[in-house]
Amino acid sequence: MEELKEELKGKIIEVLNLEDISVADIDDSDALFGDGLGLDSIDALELIVLLDKEYGIKLSDPKQGKSIFESVNTMADYIAKNRTK
Amino acid sequence: MKNPCYINGIGAVNAQGIWNDDPFAHITEISNPLTMAMQPSYKELIPPAMIRRMSKGIKMGIFASQQALDEAAMDQVDAIITGTGLGCLEDSEKFLKNVLDNDEQFLTPTSFIQSTHNTVGAQIALRLGCKSYNFTYVNGATSFESALLDALMQIESKEANQVLVGGIDEIAGRTFALKQLVHEVKADGAVEKLKDSQSPGVNFGEGGTFFALNTEKRENTYAQILEVSILNKLATEEVVDFVTSFLTRNQLTLADVSAVVIGNNGDLKYDIYYTTFCTLFANQPQIFYKHLVGQSDVASAFGLAAAAFVLKKQIIPKTIQWNAIKLSELKYVLIYNQYLGKDHSLTLLRHVET
Amino acid sequence: MQNGVAITGMGIVSAIGNTVAENLNSLRNAQNGITQVDNFDTSLRDKVLVGEIKLSNDQMIEKLQLPVDNSMTRTGLLGALAAKQAIVSAQIDMVSNNYRTGLVSSTSVGGMDITEKYFYAYENNPELHRYIASHDAGVSSQHIADYIGLKGFVTTISTACSSAANAIMLGAQLIKSGRLDRVIVGGTDALSKFTLNGFNTLMILSDTYCRPFDQNRKGLNLGEAAAYLILESDEIVLKENKKVLAYLSGYGNANDAFHQTASSENGEGAYLAMKKAFNLAGLSPRDIDYVNAHGTATPNNDLSEGHALIRVFGEQVPAFSSTKAYTGHTLAAAAGIEAVYSILALQNDVIFPNLNFETPMGEFQLLPQTRLLHQSVNHVLSNSFGFGGNCSTLIFSKA
Repeated sequence: MEELKEELKGKIIEVLNLEDISVADIDDSDALFGDGLGLDSIDALELIVLLDKEYGIKLSDPKQGKSIFESVNTMADYIAKNRTK
Repeated sequence: MKNPCYINGIGAVNAQGIWNDDPFAHITEISNPLTMAMQPSYKELIPPAMIRRMSKGIKMGIFASQQALDEAAMDQVDAIITGTGLGCLEDSEKFLKNVLDNDEQFLTPTSFIQSTHNTVGAQIALRLGCKSYNFTYVNGATSFESALLDALMQIESKEANQVLVGGIDEIAGRTFALKQLVHEVKADGAVEKLKDSQSPGVNFGEGGTFFALNTEKRENTYAQILEVSILNKLATEEVVDFVTSFLTRNQLTLADVSAVVIGNNGDLKYDIYYTTFCTLFANQPQIFYKHLVGQSDVASAFGLAAAAFVLKKQIIPKTIQWNAIKLSELKYVLIYNQYLGKDHSLTLLRHVET
Repeated sequence: MQNGVAITGMGIVSAIGNTVAENLNSLRNAQNGITQVDNFDTSLRDKVLVGEIKLSNDQMIEKLQLPVDNSMTRTGLLGALAAKQAIVSAQIDMVSNNYRTGLVSSTSVGGMDITEKYFYAYENNPELHRYIASHDAGVSSQHIADYIGLKGFVTTISTACSSAANAIMLGAQLIKSGRLDRVIVGGTDALSKFTLNGFNTLMILSDTYCRPFDQNRKGLNLGEAAAYLILESDEIVLKENKKVLAYLSGYGNANDAFHQTASSENGEGAYLAMKKAFNLAGLSPRDIDYVNAHGTATPNNDLSEGHALIRVFGEQVPAFSSTKAYTGHTLAAAAGIEAVYSILALQNDVIFPNLNFETPMGEFQLLPQTRLLHQSVNHVLSNSFGFGGNCSTLIFSKA
């Protein structure tokens, strides 16, 4: 699980071009949207593609992302349970 | 009574760097087929959360527009009007390549969103929180002049008192490889300055040039914009009539024009238009600028900047003199531009006593 | 220009017809033009529905009698068909050079249909090189100008889905400022894999018929179309005794300055655009008999536009509908075809239905017009909003 979380942080930084942020800057429980990392709705769409491409998880409704993308913790949990690759 | 339209601020990013107090003093003439803009640091201007998604076109547009606003001491505007020939090309190409290369799989939205031609104008509005009129023109070599004419009409009709108008175009790989394939751009390896051009095609550049326009003049006003005229096509033998009827409509004669700014780009086929144009102004100083910024659909915006600079300073820097004629007093400057024999424009400026 | 700027001609091609009459017939009979994508291959074929014009590029080239080595792309071809109709309907002789005539076109994709087809093929196919320059959005306008024989003022606007509204606005300003006597204004956009996939990444495409202003709306159907109006000065109308179809009495453009793609929840940009249009027209909200809404059927647009309508009209929102369930969302052309529909509403005293509506939205009490309604129509307000917060409103009034 820890490995997945680290991997996930690296990927989030990469796909969202978070240039000034390193893996160590993101806490597992940090809010990704709003006050935390400050991501927005376009980032949410990018993360949906990340789930599909890297872990074979397809979300059909962007609203589903809301609870999944709360933090690295919630994302890793969801991926661990639903991944197909 | 129409409101007057003054240029109170200029901003630019291009192959020479950024706009400054003496932009024509230390220049490097370009000689490569494709010359990128010299990018300034954007960190002070654009927060990291925004900059991470921006292509260079957006960044150049934001930088140049802010520079223009700063110089004019304007912080809000009643209209933001941009021109771009090819739009946000980097993002368009990126998204298109993803569609084609990945067989329509795993596509992400950012580059698509930013491929829209009005992205730069929209980002400037978002940044300034500006809810007013916001137009974008995409019409080849008259993209910028279309924006400028719109700005002039907004000001004349009293719809707007303060307008931000500018042109942005960026170079991106595949599109320009194709332009080289059809010899619109000189071939890789060619090293020819504008005046020494021998091979087909032209040297291209990229950049953004913005103007802060105002109905009120200030101490540092550059010039007044009197009129802009656009024509989609024109035979070389019609150039004389195009120019003289434009001047007549503005109650001027050829002799009233103190200097002209020409868009020569080293194109062996089409620079004849400028040669023809210049025969009308054989006794006046002629000014060129595409040897500094390269050809692009909005390069002529930099021509306007050069004209405005010359009118304000009342001197023509050596680096942009096309002929050897000097005049002591500059009152009216006429700018002529065309590309590949299409999209002709005339822009008339007047000196302002401040 | 007491009543606004005169409109003396119009032309249209859309998924519901290749002429004004065919479009009117489909609108009256609730016949939508929404199908699967047939004109090009896409992996999205089974996942989305579109408003596609069932004419291949070759068929259009034949209709327009173009030389075989022409370099027009689908956007230009559609535009040429519609612009020609507009000129014919206004009985304009393009050969005689009596009036200063201009073209203000608009497009979002330009020559993308050809670019995406041949992007990697140009090196080995010199016969395709003529298309390389056609990618440029402005070239579609030049092609249209060449086809209709126009030498003069030509420009192109691209502000995403409000483009044609802004082209119409600029045309009016050019006439009012005395710079031109007559302007052909509108927009054209062809469907392409590029836009289809682009909107798909935003997850706002519906897999079924779109349902504007419905609680269960799932997103939009994309479409393709072209439409142009002829705007003429009062002097021409008087001198030539021209028949006026309708007047463009008001217009306004404002920016939402909220988000790159999404609209603000209270519809600030839309509200400001409508306000500006009313001011210019000297009309008040209660003068409006019909609102042709932007109504894309995305969750975000319809909510935002609904709020803006309530802010402008209060409890008394006039009969309104989105015609995008007929045509799909035709992007840069949308405000052009909807201008034609607004004028048809004025000419025929009829209000076109908002198809596929079943369940009112939970956020407010707004019920679109769901059946064809015959009633006197004197003023129509048409909204078009685009990416980058670009919001435009046009008001058309009876001739």
